[in-house]
Amino acid sequence: MGTPVLSVVEAIKSASRRLRGTLVQSLADPVTGAIAEADTQLIKFHGSYSQDDRDLREERRVAKLEPAYSFMIRTRLPGGVVTPQQWLALDAIATGYANGTLRLTTRQAFQFHGVIKRELKATLKAINAALIDTIAACGDVNRNVLVAANPLLSRAHAAVYAHAKALSEHLLPKTRAYYEIWLDEEKVAGSGEEVEPVYGSTYLPRKFKIGFAIPPANDIDVFANDLGFIAVMADGELAGFNVTAGGGLGATHGEPNTYPRLADVLGFIAPDQVIAVAEAVVTTQRDFGNRAERKRARLKYTIDERGPAWFKSEVERRAGFAFAPARPFAFDHNGDRFGWSEGEDGRAHLTLRIEAGRIADRPGAPHRKGLREIAKVHRGEFRLTPNQNLIVANIAPTQRSQIQALVAAHGLDGYAVATPLRLNALACVALPTCPLAMAEAERYLPELLGKIETLLDGHALRDAPISLRISGCPNGCSRPYLGEIALVGKAPGRYNLMLGADARGQRLNTLYRENIDEAVILQTLDALFARYAAERDRDEGFGDFLLRAGVVTPASAIEVKTI
Amino acid sequence: MSAEPLHALIALPEEKAGLLTRLVEGLDPAALHWLSGYAAGLAAAQPFAPAREAAALIAVESAAAPQLTIVFGSQTGNAKRAAEALAREVENAGLAVRVLRADAYPLNELKSERLLYIVISTQGEGDPPDDARGFVEFLAGKRAPKLDELKFAVLGLGDSSYAKFCAIGAQLDARLAELGATRLFTRGDADVDIDSVAKPWQQRALAAAREILKASAPLAKVTPLRPARVVPAWTRERPYAAEVLANQRLTARSSSKDIRHLELSLRDSGLSYEPGDALGVWASNPPALVDALVASLSLDAQELVSFENQTLPLEQWLLEKREITRLAKPFVIAHALRAQQDDLDAIVASPVALPKLLSERQPIDLVGTFPAQWNAQELVAALRPLTPRLYSIASSLKHVEDEAHLTVARVAYRAFGREHVGAASEFLTTRATDGRAPIFIETNERFRLPNDTSRDVIMIGPGTGVAPFRGFVQERAALGARGRNWLFFGNPHFTTDFLYQVEWQQALKRGQLQRLDLAFSRDQAHKIYVQQRIRQSGRELYAWLENGAHLYVCGDATQMAKDVHVALRDVIAEHGGKSAEDAEAYLSQLASARRYSRDVY
Repeated sequence: MGTPVLSVVEAIKSASRRLRGTLVQSLADPVTGAIAEADTQLIKFHGSYSQDDRDLREERRVAKLEPAYSFMIRTRLPGGVVTPQQWLALDAIATGYANGTLRLTTRQAFQFHGVIKRELKATLKAINAALIDTIAACGDVNRNVLVAANPLLSRAHAAVYAHAKALSEHLLPKTRAYYEIWLDEEKVAGSGEEVEPVYGSTYLPRKFKIGFAIPPANDIDVFANDLGFIAVMADGELAGFNVTAGGGLGATHGEPNTYPRLADVLGFIAPDQVIAVAEAVVTTQRDFGNRAERKRARLKYTIDERGPAWFKSEVERRAGFAFAPARPFAFDHNGDRFGWSEGEDGRAHLTLRIEAGRIADRPGAPHRKGLREIAKVHRGEFRLTPNQNLIVANIAPTQRSQIQALVAAHGLDGYAVATPLRLNALACVALPTCPLAMAEAERYLPELLGKIETLLDGHALRDAPISLRISGCPNGCSRPYLGEIALVGKAPGRYNLMLGADARGQRLNTLYRENIDEAVILQTLDALFARYAAERDRDEGFGDFLLRAGVVTPASAIEVKTI
Repeated sequence: MSAEPLHALIALPEEKAGLLTRLVEGLDPAALHWLSGYAAGLAAAQPFAPAREAAALIAVESAAAPQLTIVFGSQTGNAKRAAEALAREVENAGLAVRVLRADAYPLNELKSERLLYIVISTQGEGDPPDDARGFVEFLAGKRAPKLDELKFAVLGLGDSSYAKFCAIGAQLDARLAELGATRLFTRGDADVDIDSVAKPWQQRALAAAREILKASAPLAKVTPLRPARVVPAWTRERPYAAEVLANQRLTARSSSKDIRHLELSLRDSGLSYEPGDALGVWASNPPALVDALVASLSLDAQELVSFENQTLPLEQWLLEKREITRLAKPFVIAHALRAQQDDLDAIVASPVALPKLLSERQPIDLVGTFPAQWNAQELVAALRPLTPRLYSIASSLKHVEDEAHLTVARVAYRAFGREHVGAASEFLTTRATDGRAPIFIETNERFRLPNDTSRDVIMIGPGTGVAPFRGFVQERAALGARGRNWLFFGNPHFTTDFLYQVEWQQALKRGQLQRLDLAFSRDQAHKIYVQQRIRQSGRELYAWLENGAHLYVCGDATQMAKDVHVALRDVIAEHGGKSAEDAEAYLSQLASARRYSRDVY
């Protein structure tokens, strides 16, 4: 076997002078709203994707106009924590530069959509002026680091958040490209040749995701991350972390050597070993990951190719210490808990449902305005949850009634009345902006939920806590393979129906029906709801029931295991 | 046939005539035929020859016999057509005549002219057509000679909806008299329905020429080998019903403008065109507007009206024969006489209010606001005849084969309580893709690519002014021209109004377009227009000009062409180290060398 040919993206990274490429020239080219082909790869490392409005693509082609190019910008925001002042700044950016909405992602980031090229630089400057950056929010690097949003365990959250933030910063690329291109930093000697001690000159083979979970909540779906840290508390203090590795949900239709995979548990480490372990895992993937075939380049394939035992020992070798045996842990749910709660410290938190993470002003539901009004008076912070929802956190007792009134006045109180199905549902952005989407997701979700709610009503299952996730393609941004019900887009109006995950993020679902349309989806679910209503055990989840009843029969390992 | 001395042929200088005499002496008929064919071939190989039109209608004159000179200044071709029609009649009458475009007229011959007719249009706010700027300036200036022996007459062309209607014709008419020349008969001021004034004027001009020149038989018969100007089967008077192959928007859905790309088939029509030519379109009026006009005047659409030897139902007159989307002064005056309303009389009397009324309102607005009685016969007589609209062709036959493409801005707006549309743009943009449109080719010799394909070209065409440059770039690509192409384009918004964006991108990529400078006026707080881009690239632009580049401007005449002219003058002054006057002279020289051409409207 000869040396495999490197993927095109590897060559682009290599020639990019540390992620600069020809971005400056691309931005200055007035003839197109797009950027050069190679730069579309590089701009990801700066936190942005080149997209176009796919609704308009065909009519613009006929009109001899290029596609309506715009840019998505994603923030790097470890744990999704922002101050009210930052909220107001981001809200103003949505108005001034983007499509008037804020999108909360499943990785606790904000996304702006519809930023046009000639305003891209001004937008990034404005984001940075709010002391938020977008570095490495996309691209073949460590992405935004997730932290459990659990507002109840205040001390645990504070400790874990500090580790997550430090790790996020430790794994930032060292190139000054971002500062030169977007923030007008003067070039200094060595520009274009900066040393990247962790990444090297070609960065990682593929994206890399890290998350910190705080049991019993698995809101971050820790096993879906390349690298996970499960906090272990002892007497209210952070004792250390169980480390997981090799998770990842992306797959490609029709290519069986691509698949979603849950992470393995490697063992336990002390808090001060986080950075060493992370660096060891990242550099192992850097050196052994597949750089020829991007579809097979995630860490999960590296581990499966070389074996979990090899991987664990390689990481231990690089870290300079061995993992301790994993400590016991238990997750009860991977969703959010809505409404008011009170933390250990007596501060109040309010978790709001944001459908598909889209904060917009719609008739009768001026959510963006409402949150702006809240940000004007709130003195705590906001936390984005990994399930596209929002926590107004650390509310002073004296402000509770004021904030509750603003919530009600702006239609943000849907959490109080929505069905569990609606509260737990996730959808990726998909059409019209996502270039990968094969079918609708976010735009279709409200309508789909209404139809499924009608089915549930028919079986007196309205209050059943079923998790549904819809994704416009098999890449998994809405973590569909961990939904009890999942629809994975195949073509306009057609989806693969996946069933049988648990609701704890520890078991993948299984393909049940392929490439079916709405009518068949509803018909299929209706029959299964009927059985579930009649045959379920007490407190038995829908996914667990489907497995027990033999409706789905997993072909391979779909549960978390310990190496 | 006995050959006359060849120097009598004014087409040749004396020295060349001598050579020709020696050459043809003793040749047999076959050799003479071959020679004439050879010469015709040589002529055909020189597609860009300013003197060609002048030569086209040259008749034979004896050195002693007086001749008629007809000078025309024409922007859209109407004055040229009127001048050439007269020249043909004069020629048919056996009289000596030459017809010259104003910029081809040798000004030093003016003092020896005996009989001169001028046919000239007036543009926009009282400007001469581009080809007559030098001629008009010369006559107005101190260097103009005394013309005591000259007899003359002037036919002005214009549009009475503009304040300075036929101002240039009037100015020349007065100036020639001031220089001592004798006016043979009263000036004609032809409005958009040119023939109603031009025809009688031509008859008087012919009669006067007969009287003055006396019929003298031509001294030699020259078989007119007119340069490759095959009279097409389809003409302005006999338009071709071209099939619409495509009719699609170029502006995005969210644009405030509706600009269309139309593709028309010329297949089997025998029609051809050069880049720079225009397509004349005989549009029918919008049926809804006809209905509304008939209803508001309480007339019967089916009533037969006989006028000018035609009998048609009123409806058909209004659909196909009469102008009802543009208001003309004579109609306003006629209407005011009927309406007997002080308000309207005051408008007619006001030099401010009348032009405003003419430019803003359509006949139906006038009829609605100031009711008056009309009968069908009088209405048809009072409305101007429908005239064809001209659109610069946006394609090259070398690229699109037997098609002609147009870039058409749909004129549609709400005013005075109703929707208003432009007749031609509405007609074209509502054609289905298998519909037909009556069209003809309007040649525009004034707007031609350089013969020498190694020359650079600079094209300034904001808005729909970009149309001919699409044809230019297609043509130059098909010819494999080595010269560089530089386009300036502008419109309100990049995202919605970048006409032919993908084609320009491809042209850049393929090396068929070297530079594209863009001005999207409303994409930022301060408005940016092409003239700013011209200034910003002034150094390079001047270098291109110094290197022999040809410069073209197409689009809006009222503002853009003026602003661009000033920007060009400033750029030439700044980068050429010239005074404003010298820069202006530089541009004039470019214009007379046909290196600065404008197609503005």
